[in-house]
Amino acid sequence: MKRVFVNEDWCLGCHLCEYNCAYANSGLSDMVKALKGKDIFPRIHIEETDGITYAVSCRHCKDPLCVKSCIAGAISIEDGTVKIDKTKCVGCLTCVLVCPYGAVAAGPEGAAQKCELCLANSCGSPACVKGCPNNAIVYEER
Amino acid sequence: MAEYVIIGNGTAAVGCIEGIRSIDSDGAITVISGEEHHVYSRPLISYLLEGKTDLERMKYRPADFYEKNKVNVVYGKAAKIDTKKQEAILEGKGKFGYTKICICTGSSPFVPPFEGLDKVKKKFSFMTLDDALALEKVLTDKSRVLIVGAGLIGLKCAEGIAERVGSITVCDLADRVLSSILDAECAAYMQKELEDHGVSFMLGDTAVKFDKNKAYMKSGAEVEFDILVLAVGVRAETEIAKQAGCDTNRGIIINTKMETTAANIYAAGDCSEGYDSSISANRVLAILPNAYMQGRCAGINMAGGSSEITDAIPMNSIGFFGLHCATAGAYPEDGEIYEERTDKGIKRLYFKDSKLAGYMLIGDVNRAGIYTSLVREKTVLDNEETEKVKKMPSLAIFSDEKRRTKLGGVV
Repeated sequence: MKRVFVNEDWCLGCHLCEYNCAYANSGLSDMVKALKGKDIFPRIHIEETDGITYAVSCRHCKDPLCVKSCIAGAISIEDGTVKIDKTKCVGCLTCVLVCPYGAVAAGPEGAAQKCELCLANSCGSPACVKGCPNNAIVYEER
Repeated sequence: MAEYVIIGNGTAAVGCIEGIRSIDSDGAITVISGEEHHVYSRPLISYLLEGKTDLERMKYRPADFYEKNKVNVVYGKAAKIDTKKQEAILEGKGKFGYTKICICTGSSPFVPPFEGLDKVKKKFSFMTLDDALALEKVLTDKSRVLIVGAGLIGLKCAEGIAERVGSITVCDLADRVLSSILDAECAAYMQKELEDHGVSFMLGDTAVKFDKNKAYMKSGAEVEFDILVLAVGVRAETEIAKQAGCDTNRGIIINTKMETTAANIYAAGDCSEGYDSSISANRVLAILPNAYMQGRCAGINMAGGSSEITDAIPMNSIGFFGLHCATAGAYPEDGEIYEERTDKGIKRLYFKDSKLAGYMLIGDVNRAGIYTSLVREKTVLDNEETEKVKKMPSLAIFSDEKRRTKLGGVV
């Protein structure tokens, strides 16, 4: 399956991926309305240390700890994509406790959220990748 | 054809079913369920009372789970295992032959022999769905609730019913809340949050005697209540295993493959005592992720595959009224303890032998899993890396090469 991969040498640290992610998952058709003046909850984040920057999002692990650890049975794998059923999630954040990549976080309503590859939103494929100006994140088979 | 029997119908049982089916799609699986329910998430019973989930959503697996996995569920109580005939015998419901059997009986509430407890009318445990539903029936907005036990179960119960009752008092013989996972300072921080939401505490004190609606405390105090919740502790259900000849201690003793000391008998979940890598010894690790992973490991091995768990550690993520707390590992006092306190929480990191041995985070739990992975994998840290760990959990802690593998490869 295709996953999102990172080339940290090419990352400019511009944070555009975060904005594109938050917009794609907002359900709104206007980027300004989706983001302006709001606390945003992107499912990808830029880490910056000692001048090195790179984007981190769900790795869609083959044997994910979050799926095995979810106390509500709310996380499952569907055709390789790790998904959170937010109607089942109670926001205990056990997935945050176990994800070795720091790629799951509480969303605006307290339920956990993470990258689901934009497969279920109107974008259809990862918005972060589409919007990356320097190909520092790619969506491909490896 | 292989015949698998699983005693119990909780998280470990689901792990076991999924483990078996990852190897063997045909073998017969029988689950013996003591509770008359489709498998549900036990830790969600407090959220049920809080109105954050419902009976449908709290199912741990979808309604067609047993059917899809070709599992025969028998509702009844398993009485014993006949190891000679390789049969599980049910109370009044026949017997089921097995080639491999897994004991996933979980734990049950430990109720000390309090004087006068039999005269208390409205008393409850808080372990099962039926416990929660029974408690819910008697809740009124005037109820005065006394909860004995300030551990995970007692406090989640308090949170679950806080908006639905008149008052809640929690007592515990320990001098702090959540004494199994938090040190004194972190516990005090958490306690304040609960107090801010109307929960009162009597710590270092506990009920010694009851007289109908009154509890007589060790300190001499008296507490009047309408509803009593007993959340003193839990004990692993080891009886069936003991009778079958398995070695038991606080739980059913298992090796890293989830095999008990008796042939063809496996055990997983809260009833078992498996290897805890944070103390390099066996211990009951009664946490849900562990139950699933142990069950799955057992299932794979029962079906002829090969699986082992050598890196289990204690870990907990729990929140009260929106204040989250994440803990993992061990808390050695003789290493370096790094602490940060802000008005929004506490971070305590326990280092020993150039490794992160354990941590407690209250408030900001973002990316806690990176810390958990350092603890679980016993990652050796040099001085520079240790400083990065203290700063915040991030992938910058790892070498460039390791990080590139994590973010650029399939993991």
